[in-house]
Amino acid sequence: MSNKLNQLTISEARDGLEKGDFTSVELTESCIGAMEKARGLNAYITETPELALERAKASDERRSGDGAASGMEGIPIAVKDLFCTEGVLTTAGSHILDGYKPVYESTVSNNLRQGGAVMLGKANLDEFAMGSANITSYYGNVINPWKATDGKDLVPGGSSGGSAAAVASHTCLAATGTDTGGSIRQPASFCGIVGMKPTYGRCSRWGIVAFASSLDQAGPMTKTVRDSAIMLNSMAGHDPKDSTSSPKATPNFEAALTGDIKGLRVGIPAEYKMDGTPEEIVKLWDQGTQWLKDAGAEIVDISLPHTKYALATYYIVAPAEASANLARYDGVRYGLRVDGESLDDMYMNTRGEGFGKEVQRRILMGAYVLSAGYYDAYYKKAQQVRTLISKDFNDAYEKVDVILTPTAPSAAFAIGEKMDDPIAMYLNDVFTVPTSMAGLPGISLPAGLSSSGLPLGLQLIGRAFDEETLYRAAGVLETAANFSAVPAFVEGA
Amino acid sequence: MSLDKADVRKIAYLARIKVPDEDLDHLAGELSQIIDWVEQLAEVNTDGVEPMASVSDVTLPMREDVITGGNRPAEVTANAPEENKGFFLVPKVVE
Repeated sequence: MSNKLNQLTISEARDGLEKGDFTSVELTESCIGAMEKARGLNAYITETPELALERAKASDERRSGDGAASGMEGIPIAVKDLFCTEGVLTTAGSHILDGYKPVYESTVSNNLRQGGAVMLGKANLDEFAMGSANITSYYGNVINPWKATDGKDLVPGGSSGGSAAAVASHTCLAATGTDTGGSIRQPASFCGIVGMKPTYGRCSRWGIVAFASSLDQAGPMTKTVRDSAIMLNSMAGHDPKDSTSSPKATPNFEAALTGDIKGLRVGIPAEYKMDGTPEEIVKLWDQGTQWLKDAGAEIVDISLPHTKYALATYYIVAPAEASANLARYDGVRYGLRVDGESLDDMYMNTRGEGFGKEVQRRILMGAYVLSAGYYDAYYKKAQQVRTLISKDFNDAYEKVDVILTPTAPSAAFAIGEKMDDPIAMYLNDVFTVPTSMAGLPGISLPAGLSSSGLPLGLQLIGRAFDEETLYRAAGVLETAANFSAVPAFVEGA
Repeated sequence: MSLDKADVRKIAYLARIKVPDEDLDHLAGELSQIIDWVEQLAEVNTDGVEPMASVSDVTLPMREDVITGGNRPAEVTANAPEENKGFFLVPKVVE
């Protein structure tokens, strides 16, 4: 166990709190200190240290010491600034939500709060969760705590880049993220942490600023697989306020970590061996396959034939939904208003100034594919291909229980790279988008280092609502990988 | 299919986003590039394939038709850029 409280995992802290080794206030103070030292990473948009200490104190008072506390009781976390938090500035990384303080709490952050979690602050993100490098936030770039060998600043991935950097730099024990096409898994891979996108419908979307409603899903970003299971238990559950929230009961995810995957059938999809994927990523994938095989899993070659069309499908469906969802930002009810001569002028000025370039590009793309004359050619076509992508997975799950792939086609890259070419940036999500299109759960965990000493993740994809099998396999992979590298930022701290 | 300046101006108006004239050409280029790229979907045979709007295979539930909240005007307008006596204020829309 680490002697710095902020460096603990959730499960270690849970044990220490229960035994009375330290209090939530002490744990929270340690995180607040780390958060202050890590300000250069720009991982937080808003820090809420006073609120955190107040909640930590309340947690200590609640704790009875009889082992009955929730797994998240007294645990300090960061909350992605896409979750509405009562009375606390919520920006979605956008200028257009200037000054917005929700009068309510999102279901997921409320579940965590009711479970005793202590919010340290609101984590930076790509504007409206649109991005793969956390370079589109109105509040500035987030810097990855890992450094390139040449000392250049690297992106943390995105869109949950602030959450990933906050966890990797040990300013918190864990963070919430959201994932629409890879926004939890890809930054988890870039920052060397565990990121879980649960099945669509597992966590309520109520009170999360909407990007693409048929894809958006909240999930935990943690230091270990066990922590992920503990935190997801607190986040998940049916919510009548989100009509797509599943009424299925939430299983005990932590209990699924048996360490036994004998006979588990692991699929290796041929189509994920894409041209141009760096050799070291292919090698790591092979290594991961071998680890699972050594643990008793059966490796099965599978085919997901429509994989290559998933990204193009995503870049029709997601912008279309975004253009509808973001119509609500009109300068009337909340956030920024830029005056104009007429109501229309006011709308146009507000949205022209309030939205950043990437968000505007996606709204325009969405408005175009939904416009009269193009709807069938683009939007309906994409929805049909989505059916085929989903069917690919259903067919594969006749033969296998989980699927193993790389998480991202590269390690973290330098700030400034891939910025001029939207499509090059979109390719970051090539391995994560198909899972999102099919609504399936996917988890990324750190499995090795690149030649330049940066973390690389592997992704496991599961059946819908079978996070338990996914966690079981991920736990075994985590043990085998035994990832223990430490980011430059933490080493030097 | 490529977009020109006039197309982008029209879409930007539909989306109520003010785009400065000098940015239209660049934006038309970027959007055309993305559209050309997504057009690869044309090669997928989707004859007779149902479009998928959502992965939830359940019929959306209906709730009881009862009042569940309301009468909180101060909270509703708490974040309004301009508010007066429980109303949102906007520029004049009737001459």
